[in-house]
Amino acid sequence: MKKLITIMILMMSLEALAVIETYEFETKQQEQLYTEIIHELRCPKCQNQTIAESNAGLSEDLRYIVYQKVSDGTSKRDILAYMQERYGDFVLYDPPVKPSNYFLWFAPLAVFLVILIAVLLKVGRRKVTTEQSESEEE
Amino acid sequence: MIPEIGNFLLIMAFINAIFLGTLSFVGAHTEHDGLMRFSKRASLSIFVLILASFVCLTLSFINNDFSVAYVANHSNTQLPLHYRISAVWGAHEGSLLLWVLILTGWMAAVAIFSKSLPRPLVTRVLGVMGFIAVGFIAFTLFTSNPFERVFPFIPIDGSDLNPLLQDFGLIVHPPMLYMGYVGFSVVFAFAIAGLLQGDLDNKWARWSRPWTTVAWIFMSLGIALGSWWAYYELGWGGWWFWDPVENASFMPWLAGTALIHSLAATEKRGVFKSWTALLAILTFSLSLLGTFLVRSGVLTSVHSFANDPVRGRFILVFLGIVVGASLLIYAIQSSKIRSKSNFGLFSRETALLFNNALLAVVTFMVLLGTLHPLIQEAFTGGKSSVGPPYFNLMFTIFMVPILILMPIGQQISWKQEPIKPLLAKYWLWAISSVLLALAVVIIMGGIEQMALVGTTLGLWVLAGCAKYIFGQTAKSDSFVKGLKKISRSYWGMLVAHLGVAVTVLGVVLTSYFSIEENIKIRQGQTVQVEDLSVEFYDFKNTEGPNYISSAGSFRIYSNDELITDLHPEKRKYNASKMVMTEADIDAGLFRDIYVVMGEPLNDGAWAISVYYKPFVRWIWLGSIFMALGGLLAISDKRYRQRRRDKKKEKKAQSTKSKAEGHTSEAGNE
Amino acid sequence: MNKKLVLAIAPIITFIALVVFFWFALEKDPKKLNSNLIDKPVPEFKLPALKNPELVYTSESLPTELFLLNVWGSWCGPCHIEHPYLMKFSRQYSVPIIGVNYKDKTIDGLEFIESKGNPYSMIIADQSGQFGIDLGVYGAPETFIVDSAGNIRFRYVGVIDDRVWSTKIQPAVEAIQGKPLDKVAESPSAVTQN
Repeated sequence: MKKLITIMILMMSLEALAVIETYEFETKQQEQLYTEIIHELRCPKCQNQTIAESNAGLSEDLRYIVYQKVSDGTSKRDILAYMQERYGDFVLYDPPVKPSNYFLWFAPLAVFLVILIAVLLKVGRRKVTTEQSESEEE
Repeated sequence: MIPEIGNFLLIMAFINAIFLGTLSFVGAHTEHDGLMRFSKRASLSIFVLILASFVCLTLSFINNDFSVAYVANHSNTQLPLHYRISAVWGAHEGSLLLWVLILTGWMAAVAIFSKSLPRPLVTRVLGVMGFIAVGFIAFTLFTSNPFERVFPFIPIDGSDLNPLLQDFGLIVHPPMLYMGYVGFSVVFAFAIAGLLQGDLDNKWARWSRPWTTVAWIFMSLGIALGSWWAYYELGWGGWWFWDPVENASFMPWLAGTALIHSLAATEKRGVFKSWTALLAILTFSLSLLGTFLVRSGVLTSVHSFANDPVRGRFILVFLGIVVGASLLIYAIQSSKIRSKSNFGLFSRETALLFNNALLAVVTFMVLLGTLHPLIQEAFTGGKSSVGPPYFNLMFTIFMVPILILMPIGQQISWKQEPIKPLLAKYWLWAISSVLLALAVVIIMGGIEQMALVGTTLGLWVLAGCAKYIFGQTAKSDSFVKGLKKISRSYWGMLVAHLGVAVTVLGVVLTSYFSIEENIKIRQGQTVQVEDLSVEFYDFKNTEGPNYISSAGSFRIYSNDELITDLHPEKRKYNASKMVMTEADIDAGLFRDIYVVMGEPLNDGAWAISVYYKPFVRWIWLGSIFMALGGLLAISDKRYRQRRRDKKKEKKAQSTKSKAEGHTSEAGNE
Repeated sequence: MNKKLVLAIAPIITFIALVVFFWFALEKDPKKLNSNLIDKPVPEFKLPALKNPELVYTSESLPTELFLLNVWGSWCGPCHIEHPYLMKFSRQYSVPIIGVNYKDKTIDGLEFIESKGNPYSMIIADQSGQFGIDLGVYGAPETFIVDSAGNIRFRYVGVIDDRVWSTKIQPAVEAIQGKPLDKVAESPSAVTQN
């Protein structure tokens, strides 16, 4: 049974390849916005694809909603909020900058700054000896 | 019968590995001659046993032996022979056997090519690798045995290999990538052996370097092949998705890149010794972590193998033992390692330090982004995602300083150099890269700020390589003489950095100036996509070996001039009934034109996608240069010298190689 | 010296923490999503009844007691597996089950109910799938527990069988309403009236 389910899931995700829709937009900006948004939303059904890449029925519906909202002039922020309200943070491939994500967003930079300062302090102050008297640290 | 032989050979290899992974340490510690000789022989025999076992599995595939569960689930009588062979590593069990085969292959290579190394060191290295082999063979035997039979109901035909995998990509990508992944086990084993003996001198670094570089070459090519495969196979023109499985291969590559650089500093100047050892441990640990992430089901991924928590636990326990033990050894022994640190702020050492800091932070960032959803869930219970927008932004932030420092770092002197006169030599090159980038960006379609920055940086790295070559040749009587004065290993570095520049340019230009258009088109119709006219002139249904196909034919014109004729397909595979799209691509050095068949629409028209991707080939071209750079570096005469030397007496050898080291360093000034 | 010790030990400490963390992460199913609507009211809707397109349901039409909201479709394989269990539970317990016929053709939905029986006290026809999206549905069947105040309290994604009912649904319902589930005393045929 478990195997069967795995196989079914696998098949579902495999059909989910290359979808092509021909929505028409009034302006180039709208088309770009649409493309940008569908590339930032994660398909809740197929798990590791954006709704742009996925062929699942749900992704198709979500793309249609995005298309409608973009055509109505809804802002990107509101469209993402609409999706977040329904599917949670899971759908946002661009994690929002909020307290629970602070570590994610700022830790790498913080680590780098600490290293940078440590190096500047340590190496910057060092007197370099001449070749003959090369000393070993500590 | 053949599968049973395969299984038996695997068990034999397992028993051998247990001896190798334990007795070697005793042998090295007591310097017992017989045991040390045993470790070499055992390494070779394990390799032969695994190879034979692998051949047995391959034969089961070739003979369509569907009584073997793994074959029945991943092959089919209609499958062409070359895919039946590559199907061996098309799923979890077989790919694990490939992993083991490659590991033992590296082990045998160490046993063969290490005659000049101190025997206790080699014995320890083989012992560590043997220990790793024990874990992975056990994993194969006890949780993922590819030789398991399906009795009593033997299927008449197999359920076919996933059509996505029926491709040239499957033949080359996994073996290449695994060569890299597993290849880092050598330098890992060297680091452990070095830490155990409490000494990491420059000889240690010199021995470790070529092994690391070779693994890194395979890994670079493996990742690039995977990216290229995804690009043409998945049919949406993407080449990197920041999927957890991709990240799992990217992290060891990043760490390995840092390792190559820190090994250079350790060899040449005796600096950063403990850091280099730690980095060697971390690089292979990240390979193991990748294996865990891909095969345990802890993360979801489009690429991940069918999952089973038992496998996850097994790998995790093994990962814990191997990495835990090695970090423990590091914790205990690293204080004994003495590094030199006689260098100023403006020196090659500091430049390499920053290179390492930045690469380590990028590795950390990728790890954090990959694991963050798990961490988040553990603390808040909610699911979240980290995807391309995060990784692209963060990666860019750290790539900018790496690229800015690259041309300076590769040419600044060891130890110390006054910074102002040095920078003065770069001004003209910097200004010309900005101007050239401006020209490129304008020609490509308009000034996008980030595109300009990226292009400038790519050209800046190219300029750095050019500056060095011109500087060297100007000093010599003739251009060719000047080129010859540059040592092989320095050439290797230049070419690899050139590769980075090429990849950067490819990434930037294709990201900012691609055209992607979905159009509705009827047979006989011509549709305009930006500057291109697309004519849909023919449609055919054909039959392949194990699929039926609908192919459209399109002529692409630019200014009424025919550029290319493309035939994208939609295929339906007979056994699995899966529908796949096969894009057709007109590849070029400066642009790809890429057409994908979508679905037929209600009114007889088809939805198709047309992509125009400038410079996309440069992404992979760059990695070929990087690999080439690696090859040049390992062909340096220092390493060849060593082989010639081994005939001479040991004492003579050590003084001689020191002298060699000096002359080749002179070439690097 | 102290700093050196810290630098030597830090990697292994971090690593041990990571391994422990992975050990627990292995237990979880990465494919299951939590509902974002927990403790929020059922989204507004205005949709026809499956059995009678003239009849329009809105949020007001929903029961004022605790009920189950089951999202299904005749196209969905697992829904066929789940259906007999729903029939059984609807006969055994008095908790109302509301069906949302999700992205289905009316005729197929009706066919399904007529041939296999109807466990639902009312069926909302969501042909466009908009209500499903408002509910955050990503894979049928999905079942929501809605309390007497009209708030969603629990969601289960996947087939509800005996095991899931007794380990997940029943305990959740009993925790929400603070008393055991009522069994049906009278004849089971009462449930199938719509």
